[in-house]
Amino acid sequence: MTALTIAGLTLREASRRRVIWALAALTVVLLALSAWGFSKLVGLNSDLGTMTSGEARLVASILLNLIMFGMSLIAAIGTAFLAGPTLAGEVESGQALAILARPVRRSQVLLGKWLGLVSFGCGYVLLAGIAQFLVVRATVGYWPPDPARGLALLAGETIVLLTLALLLSSVVSPMASGIIAVGLFGATWVAGIVGALGGALGNDGVERVGTVSRILLPTDGLWRGAMNAFQDPRALLQMGEGQQGFPFLSASPLTSTYLVWAVVWIAMIWGLTALSFMRRDV
Amino acid sequence: MASAEAAGVREVTSVAGSAAELLAGLPPSPAVWCSGLHKRYGRQTAVQDVSFTVARGEVLGLLGPNGAGKTSVIKMLLGLVRPDAGEVMLLGRPSSDPRSRSAVGYLPELFRYQPWLTATEVLALHVRLARVQVPEQERRDCLAVVGLSDRAGDRVGGFSKGMQQRLGLAVALVARPELVVLDEPTSALDPIGRVDVRDLVLDLKSRGVAVLLNSHLIGEVERVCDRVVILDKGRVAASGTLAELLGQREVRLRLDGLDARAHDRLRSAGALTRSGDWFTVALASEDDGVTVPDLVRDLVSMGVRVHAVEPVRISLEERLLGILRHEDSAPRDVAAPGAGR
Repeated sequence: MTALTIAGLTLREASRRRVIWALAALTVVLLALSAWGFSKLVGLNSDLGTMTSGEARLVASILLNLIMFGMSLIAAIGTAFLAGPTLAGEVESGQALAILARPVRRSQVLLGKWLGLVSFGCGYVLLAGIAQFLVVRATVGYWPPDPARGLALLAGETIVLLTLALLLSSVVSPMASGIIAVGLFGATWVAGIVGALGGALGNDGVERVGTVSRILLPTDGLWRGAMNAFQDPRALLQMGEGQQGFPFLSASPLTSTYLVWAVVWIAMIWGLTALSFMRRDV
Repeated sequence: MASAEAAGVREVTSVAGSAAELLAGLPPSPAVWCSGLHKRYGRQTAVQDVSFTVARGEVLGLLGPNGAGKTSVIKMLLGLVRPDAGEVMLLGRPSSDPRSRSAVGYLPELFRYQPWLTATEVLALHVRLARVQVPEQERRDCLAVVGLSDRAGDRVGGFSKGMQQRLGLAVALVARPELVVLDEPTSALDPIGRVDVRDLVLDLKSRGVAVLLNSHLIGEVERVCDRVVILDKGRVAASGTLAELLGQREVRLRLDGLDARAHDRLRSAGALTRSGDWFTVALASEDDGVTVPDLVRDLVSMGVRVHAVEPVRISLEERLLGILRHEDSAPRDVAAPGAGR
């Protein structure tokens, strides 16, 4: 009951503070640009002549993944910067005093905040993702092979990042928590590419950088799983061996072990946040 | 009665475990009971062995200089700050149980409410969090009581500090509290607002709602409080009813022509201090109606010329300053620190 009330409050905050509108505007711009770009793709003449259907599918897959990455970035930054101030900011400003003096458990308040942010982040990923798929279908006739799995993994990535931002916001200042969360997100993405390049070059040491970073922060792992669900499987064959180090194609789907790890990771970070929040003097 | 209960329970504590658990079963429970509260922030001891009770329907004033630990004590009572040691019970339940705060209204010293909500929405949120059913009309009345009925539909972000504090008062009152904790409730209010708060506290008292009032405005405290706890450097410096704390009366006399006999007669009436030809005699707290007239009669009969006789009433402010500067002549713990446990 308390959790649902607080979740509703968090969503209302996102709406009233115009976060939703800012994100919507950004997304519309991104969708319009992508529609324009994709429409130019049809009948594109390369140096070697008109693109084959296979080539067009490859380019569409890469472009879709690129745009979806842009959206996951918007979702990640949006939720991370929303999650930061929501806990630490309320404690700092004194807003938390009146709420926590009510007959509520702090874990319930935290759960409410988390649920509100999760619905916000996932709602955004779903709506923006579906809109993007429709744009791609309308312009080049491409539909990803497993859109539901891809969007679910993208939503998972958002949940991982906002859970991390919530933990950080319970130990450092609101602004720092958002910056650190987004910084780690970017660092893991780069480490993932470095690891993939290591794989392509057959260097185990470099490849391990990507593997370790994906375990420490599952955002990049989930993103690679999502890419795999968005891209045309034939695109990989088309690209051949060289695709391994390419940042906007993913060679293999996620293992169920990794998915379980991502869930355990979220539960662990949530538990740590709850522990820290329950012990905190406000 | 509460103190007798609590004292009995304290003896049992070491044998039978948590006193809070035991007290939970004993009616009638005080609105607030706290015992042996300690809090340190790093090396700084903020609160040390603070114990007191607030009876049901009683208005207790918490006084003390800046940094005395008043707000820390209030936050420990409400579960906002974890005490390093000590126990708290609110309305008969240990404070570790969130239900202990079901009928508690709180106006924090730092009053901030969601700026993106309207005043009406803030009250609705708190009613929902308190899990009570409060009809729409009652909520509107609550805003009217604090003078915000015209701004009910406006966002809190546009409110002045004084209006936000008024909203905080409404939040503290809206969920039908049995205990209201007001931490510096008039800090942002104009003189009219201060009078409103005074009337509001008196109204709560008349309805049997207990109030814990932390205020620097000693005049306000003196007007509305039944009892006062004075904190200094994290400890209870004194506590008691106003009558107990202000009990000491004095009489000032301007005299000349005194001899040793007259001096002895003055001393026999009470502790004597002299400044020029002004003599101040501390009297017993109860006015027996004969001490001062008899003293004057005797002095005159001894040939002393009496120019002036002025009764002196010690204000709470003077008493507080005396206690904090350790210059009081009367016993400091009118009721011993921690009395009423």
